[in-house]
Amino acid sequence: MTTRVGIITFPGTLDDRDAATAVALGGAQAVPLWHKDTNLNGVDAVILPGGFSYGDYLRAGALASMSPIMQQVIKAADQGMPVLGICNGFQMLCETGLLPGALTRNKDLHFICRPELITITNNKTAWTNFFQPGAELLIPVKNGEGCYQVSPESLPEIEAKGLVVARYNNNPNGSMNDIAAITNEAGNVVGIMPHPEHAVDGLVGAGVDGLGFFWSIAGVTV
Amino acid sequence: MEKIIVEVMLKPEILDPQGRAILGIFNRSGHAAIENVRQGKRFEISINQPITDELLDEIEELAATVLSNPVIETYAIYTDEGETA
Repeated sequence: MTTRVGIITFPGTLDDRDAATAVALGGAQAVPLWHKDTNLNGVDAVILPGGFSYGDYLRAGALASMSPIMQQVIKAADQGMPVLGICNGFQMLCETGLLPGALTRNKDLHFICRPELITITNNKTAWTNFFQPGAELLIPVKNGEGCYQVSPESLPEIEAKGLVVARYNNNPNGSMNDIAAITNEAGNVVGIMPHPEHAVDGLVGAGVDGLGFFWSIAGVTV
Repeated sequence: MEKIIVEVMLKPEILDPQGRAILGIFNRSGHAAIENVRQGKRFEISINQPITDELLDEIEELAATVLSNPVIETYAIYTDEGETA
């Protein structure tokens, strides 16, 4: 059966349509969900797309993390449902506590929008199982608050548990240990700052290196 | 109307690029005595009842879980009489 991937739209979300296109190109079915929904419509996985949910008021991702649908996402994620947060979605996952750490202003205060090379360091997650460890991908970065930070005590723990999913080859934003993507201990929740959904069609993007994330989830049997 | 003030600051070990940019402006415009700047947020919360310990506990809960992110920020709560938490 085709994997059904819910894509949640919040007020201020930008990348929900690109995410839906990428899910379809990966061989799964995209199911639109709305921030006020109180159930997940039986989807097998969820993508929290990029953008500026609620205008980034208070902190990026903070208000979205308290929305009605996110309470369902947190419940389902705790039970093992795959969740991918891209950019603003990554910020939401950190704000809910599903992922450790927080994302703060880029080191040089610039909004950065360009393709960057990243290296996959964990291919055991629901969203990266298609890749070989050490795979280099060219994926667009598009953020102002992408500087990944955790407390000095938890950084060694994150590294020891292998929770880093991808690192920047040339760290653009000051993220600790070049971290571009992380996962939870179960490997079902992944947050990534670059945008794999913008690298799925050679005609309009920097290549198709992002497709592997969507092939990974389409191949997950549920 | 009673008011409770919540101030939120980035933890000292968290890089504050905005504060650093402001410091750069100060230094470039000749204010050599200014050594560091950190930028924070101030929330003014108006209350329609007298301030009680119970209410302060309620505000503290909100300061800890909504107004600040414990991973990167600290908070302080003030009333008109001064700092309370």
